[in-house]
Amino acid sequence: MRYDPNLVRPMRAELTSLGFQELLSPEDVDGFMAERTGTALVVVNSVCGCAAGMARPGVNLALQQGPRPDRLGTVFAGMEEDAVARARSYFGGYPPSSPSLALFRDGELVHFVPRHQIEGRMAIDVANDLIKALEEHCAPVT
Amino acid sequence: MGTFHKDKGELHGVTVVVDTKGPKVFIGRCWEEDAEKIVLLDADEFEDGKNGHSKEEYIRQAAKVGVWKKHDRIIVPRVVVASVTRLGEISPT
Repeated sequence: MRYDPNLVRPMRAELTSLGFQELLSPEDVDGFMAERTGTALVVVNSVCGCAAGMARPGVNLALQQGPRPDRLGTVFAGMEEDAVARARSYFGGYPPSSPSLALFRDGELVHFVPRHQIEGRMAIDVANDLIKALEEHCAPVT
Repeated sequence: MGTFHKDKGELHGVTVVVDTKGPKVFIGRCWEEDAEKIVLLDADEFEDGKNGHSKEEYIRQAAKVGVWKKHDRIIVPRVVVASVTRLGEISPT
């Protein structure tokens, strides 16, 4: 099932306005993941109001306050399912979950936030947890 | 932004652990609940002792990584339910 593109447009824009690259096909995902040096944050976006509605602003807050990953990518569950499936293939043993956040360093998954760790929380709480992960994995080496 | 279906209860859309009075436990996204039943979507089920693991071990692992769904939709009769807990509130350690 695909959602109405007009419904999801502002949800996509919440991330693309932050600099996220939309990954619309498996090839897009593979191309994004092919760059293995540095850090990358992949957000599995979704229409879910109670979880994604906190995930997107949480990511926004985290990127304002924490170290920024080198690359930002996003797929949209319920829209580009082939791209979502390919993205999930990079998430190791984590079951499918949307929304979810996956942080990579040098091509390796180093932090994953599944949906159930977003539900029922405020955006600031999602942000604070993500900031910790960004500080651990994305801070410049001094 | 909250749930799109405010008439389905506060757990609508939330991943919950539905423990039963018997050996089974279910984890899935709550669709709706009432006095008779709890309806879960994308749900997994586990039976105490399966593969040498207890319910508690299974739930802790689920709290850490999530679950692989076995059922698109499952209805758990309220009469067998011992507890309903948000998965996000369970410590994975």
